[in-house]
Parts: sequence; structure tokens; C-alpha cells
Amino acid sequence: MSTAVIPYISESHPVTGVTNSKLGTWCFLASEVMLFGGLFSAYVLLRTGTLEWPHGKELLNVPLATVNTLVLITSSVTMVMSWASLVMKSLSRYRFFMGLTILLGLAFLVVKAFEYGHKFQHHLFPSTGTFYAVYFTLTGLHGLHVLGGILVNLYFLVPGSRLWRTNPEQFTGRIECAGLYWHFVDLVWIFLFPVLYLL
Amino acid sequence: MSALSHGGIRRHVRSYIGVFAALAVLTLVTVAVSNLRLAFFFAIAAALLIAVVKASLVAGFFMHLAFERVIIFVLLFFTFLFFLALLILPALS
Repeated sequence: MSTAVIPYISESHPVTGVTNSKLGTWCFLASEVMLFGGLFSAYVLLRTGTLEWPHGKELLNVPLATVNTLVLITSSVTMVMSWASLVMKSLSRYRFFMGLTILLGLAFLVVKAFEYGHKFQHHLFPSTGTFYAVYFTLTGLHGLHVLGGILVNLYFLVPGSRLWRTNPEQFTGRIECAGLYWHFVDLVWIFLFPVLYLL
Repeated sequence: MSALSHGGIRRHVRSYIGVFAALAVLTLVTVAVSNLRLAFFFAIAAALLIAVVKASLVAGFFMHLAFERVIIFVLLFFTFLFFLALLILPALS
């Protein structure tokens, strides 16, 4: 049995100047822009197509969402610090910051669950109206992305980190790519927060 | 970014702290601005402007876009074009 070796994982490809892993991650993120972009476009169209649109701040919990925004921003800092720790050759510091990133991601989801629970208690569902349909779809899809990121980060915190002993450079590259995804999810929230809660 | 020197990464780490502070302040600013009861057009413009600045900080520093190769920008340029198409085409029909 022959093993296929993917070239240019840790060293830059001579044509593109970046590693294949990084280029692949950015292509994936480009497709994610299309996914969220389509829904964002639907939001704009639905909103401009109606005579009345409720103010997000009168229906949603702005203080809670502000705290959640700060939680997600902080998790982006800890994520990039976990990568920087690997560049500085410290696996223990990497573990510390990656663990923090996962905890902050979970905290975001717990706050989100409280928000959803509160809405459900008051019988507000995606089917209640166009605003809630858009709100639950966009924040729900974003929440799934946070969950996915947490699972990937958990893998890299425990079993995936074994690669550090055999190929530290490749492991650092993986964390950089996982970071690109995590920061993208943060970036989506940076737009969702004002658009849904504040306008 | 793999060829980063030890001193280089320390400078990066310092910049992350500054970016974090800026993002936190801008989050509070965008909430404060939304309480000003501006006319709808100005409210949208202000909220989107602040969001774009925040997104640029995240992409530029945390995603290292400020130090990235041309190929990534080419990719993002086309992504942006298609994103605009998604926004504009449905409105035209």
C-alpha cells in the first residue's frame, strides 16, 4: 500500500508563495462567505421589501449580546496567542490558551442558549415572523459554526497535539489554519451583532 | 508566517493586546451610537463603518492578512466580487 503525500504542507509552494494548507483554508473561508452572504442578502431583501421591520433592540437582549461579543473577541485573542505560543516553542502555553479559547467558545454558546430559551419561553419561534426567522437562521448557523470550531479545537488540544512531538512545524501550521476559521466565525458575529441587535 | 523570528513574534503578541483593546472599545462605541437615535441612514452607515473597522482589525492582525501573500488577496478580491453579486443581483430582479 502506498501512502499519498500531500506536498507543500509546511513549506510554501513556489508558485503561490503560501502553504497548500493555508490556501485551502482560505478557499474554504471564501465558500463560507458565499453561505453567509446569501443569507445576508436574503435579510437585506426581506427587510427592504416590508413596510415595517421591528427594531432588534426592542425585541432582543442587547446587554447580553454585547457581553457575548466581548467573549468572542477575547476568544479570538486567546486563539491567536495559542498559535503564537507554538511559534515560541511552548506547548504548555499553547495548551493554556487553547483551553481558554474552548471555554470562551462554550461560554458564548451557553449565553446564546439562554437567549434562545428566553425567546422560546415567550413562544417566539422562527415561525413567529420574518424578523425571528432571519434572527434564528443567522444566529443558529453562526452558533453551529462556533460548535464546529470548538470540536476542532478540542481535537487539537488533546489527541491532535501529539503531532507536536514528531512534526512541530506542521502542527503549528494546523493551529494557524484552525485559527483562521475561528477568527472568521468571530468576524461573522462582528457583522451579525449590529445588523440584528442594534439596527 | 513560518519564518518568524523570536523577536518578530513578540512584536506580534504586543499588537494583539492593542487590537483586543480597540475591538472591545469599538464594541461599546457601536452600542452607544445605536442609542443616539440617529436617522436610519446614518445609523446604518455608523454601524457598518464600525463593523468594517473591527473586521479589518481581526482579518489584518489575527488572520495575519496585513502580512499575507498576493495570492490570498486575489482570492479575496474575487470572493468580494461574488459577495457583491449576491447582494445586488436579487435586488435588481
